[in-house]
Order: sequence, then C-alpha cells, then structure tokens
Amino acid sequence: MQNNIITRMGDGARVELSAEQVKADILVGTQDAADRGNIPELTPDELEALFDIFADTNRIVAVKPGKEVITTDDGASMTLIGDQADGGIDLPMSYMQSILAYERVCCADTAGVGHIDYSCKPVKPIINYEKQKYHSLNQATTVPLIYGTQPNLGLYFQPDGAFPNPSELLPAGKISEAREAQEAAAEQLRNDLVFIARNLYEVGCDGFNFDTVASAGDADFLAALQAIRELKEIAPKMAIELGMSSEFVLGLHGEITFDGELLAGMYPHDQVKMAEAVGADIFGPAVNVKTTKSIPWNLARAVTFVKETVKVAAIPVHPNVGMGVCGLPMYESPPIDCTTRAAKALVEIGKADGL
Amino acid sequence: MSVAHIMAAGMGGIRTAGDLVAWMQLTQRMKITEAKEYVARKLGISVMDLTDEEVMHQVRQDLDIATLPMVADGSSGILAKCRIAELLDIELNSVNRFKSKLKL
Repeated sequence: MQNNIITRMGDGARVELSAEQVKADILVGTQDAADRGNIPELTPDELEALFDIFADTNRIVAVKPGKEVITTDDGASMTLIGDQADGGIDLPMSYMQSILAYERVCCADTAGVGHIDYSCKPVKPIINYEKQKYHSLNQATTVPLIYGTQPNLGLYFQPDGAFPNPSELLPAGKISEAREAQEAAAEQLRNDLVFIARNLYEVGCDGFNFDTVASAGDADFLAALQAIRELKEIAPKMAIELGMSSEFVLGLHGEITFDGELLAGMYPHDQVKMAEAVGADIFGPAVNVKTTKSIPWNLARAVTFVKETVKVAAIPVHPNVGMGVCGLPMYESPPIDCTTRAAKALVEIGKADGL
Repeated sequence: MSVAHIMAAGMGGIRTAGDLVAWMQLTQRMKITEAKEYVARKLGISVMDLTDEEVMHQVRQDLDIATLPMVADGSSGILAKCRIAELLDIELNSVNRFKSKLKL
C-alpha cells in the first residue's frame, strides 16, 4: 500500500490524500448517510473493504469473478450520437447503429433508448415516430431494449407549460396556489406518461424506464407512482424501472401522500417500498454528490444508502451511477478511476443487483 | 462512463449470459443471485460459467440464441428473443407481438 492515495474531489479534481485522511473521510461519509437516513453505518469490515478499493494502486478496478451484475441505463447508447450536454461524442450514425454497437461492441446487458430530449412532454406529439423507432430497433436487438423518459414535471409550468409556476408562487407567499398548480400539473404528467408507455406497449415494448423521477419534487414522484400503478394494469408484460433523481424527495408541495405515506422527505430505502407497492420491477436509487467533499466521503455515503435500500428491497436495485450521483464526480466525463471504484463498491459492499 | 461500468461490473451481455439474467430481473423481479441461479439451471452450467466467454460462446451457439462473435446464419434480434423466451420459460411482450403477426 502506498502512503498517499490518489483520488478525487466531488467535482472531479485529482487530489492526493493520506491513508488516514481517506479512512477519516470514509467514516464521516457513512456517518453522514446514517444520520440523515436514520439507517445503520457501514460495519468496520465494510469500511476496511471500501478503504482497500481506494488504496488499490491500479487505475482501474473491477468486481471479483462471479460478482458481476446487470447493467441498465438511461439511453447510454445515445451518447454515441449525442453532444456535450449528454456526455455524447457526436458520431455520425443512426439510432440503429448506436444501439447495435452498444449491444455488440460494448456488450451491455440491456440497452436504453428514448427521445433525444429524454423528457416525457416532448414525446407525446411525436409518439408515432417513437413507436416506429422502438419497434424497428427491438426487431434487431437481442438484449432487452428499454424505452426511457424523464417525467420532468418542471416542463409543465409556465412559461414552458400551461400551469402556474410554483417557483414564482411560493416566493410570493401563495402556498395554496402553488400546491394546486403542482397537483394539476401532476395529473397531466401522469396522463402523458401512461399515454406514452401504453403506445409503446402496443408495439411490443419489453421495458420502460421512468428516469430521474422526482426531479421536481413530491408531485413529480406522485405522478410517476400513479402512472406505474396504472400501467401495470394495462401493460402487464412490460417491465418498469423506476430511477430516482436524488437521495431525498423534495417537498415542493409538502403534503402529498401516496398509499397513506408522505412522499416529501423520503430517502432511498423508503422510496423503494413505494416502487414495490406500485409494481415497479427494478428500482434505481440516486445518492447526491457534494462537489466540495472527497470521493471517499461521497462514495461511503452512497454505499451506505444503497446497502440499506438493497437490504429492505424485494425487487432488484440498480443504483444510478452517472455524473454527480452515487459516488461519481459531478463532471461530464467522469474519470475512469472513480467510475470503476464506484461500481465495485456499490456491488461488493452495497450488494447492488445491477448498475 | 457506461462502458467503464460494463467492464468493471457488468455481466457481458450476449458475449456471455448478461441478457439472459437481465430478462429474469425484468420479467420476474429476481434479485441478482436468484436470477443467475435460475439461468444457470436452465443452461445446465454453473453460476461462475455465466460470465465465462469460453463456456458461454459455445452454449449460445448450440442453443442458437445470438453469440459474439456473430455466427453466419445464427439467430439474433427478435428471432433470438423468441428462442430465449422459450428457453427461460418466460413471456416477452415483443415475442408475443411478433408471434401474433406470424399466425403460422
């Protein structure tokens, strides 16, 4: 073991820390997650295992043979044809070529596809094009092809949408008006989500990914939960993955309940029970990254939350391990040393069923 | 980033048995251990063999369920999925739709 360990900060900047500092950051990180989520800290053995992952002097690490898990994604193959905003590399190729390359070159276990905007609202007017695209791609792929979209309730508020904007109403003290606007927008969002997923089901869609759920708070979460429950009735042969946007459901409404549970303030181990209740098949927790803290601190927090979520879950758990969540730096090109360490830690210590 | 995750922790897709285990998670809500054991039983191999390219290439070729490298005249796409659904004893929406159109 080397004296100093090369790692990174939450914004991706490379830092060299002493072994004692890394151990201290890991400990404080797990304590922070335990305190916020009211869940157990990592055990001494798990803390040691996490330290060993950071102390490994190899640039890239990996899980042990036999510990491999399933990968699902939020349209990762589209990064081959996308641009900077999505970490894309702008290759002049089609959806078909990118999906098949992802299946046969990258050897992904599943492949995700969606509208390039990836939000729900823009899909509705072009649903026939999306149906055709999915159908064509699904005839060619062998791996499960999962259509993904973000509920993104924010797009339903003025000036982008039809509903009064809570971000303007709340500072003006119009609390009840802000709540009414969110409730009305959530109802429209739920209808749109069901419309899109039901249409894709009609062309043989095998999986649908509700991605970055609750990005606009508890009303956003409510719309997704209601849509999934309805879809499980009308599209029972289509798997549904529910991936979150952050570790904590923001209470922008504050009083929304679902099945008698207050949604605001839920952490991943509570969120997964909601996912199970509505019939979701895979749950994807997201744990925030603090850019001013080290990656050992951030990853310890993520593993602590994920471990508890997996422990209480009856369905597979695939932590979201993208830019700025679950121990990856908030950077559009996450360094490979951090990416592989997060994967190994979340699987071997967090016991994730997939990523 | 996605490729790094695949290399660090993924099962390997159709290069090994990744898609098969994924189908069990998606259609039966199986956790990773249960899904691997189920697929291994169906293939008649050990769980460790599921991610062994040297084993899985031949298994997939024999079952004709898509391999990497691709084999001329081998099944892939919806045809492979029809065979996989039967092999794993599961229902897939895409396969149901495809078969309903064939009406053979």
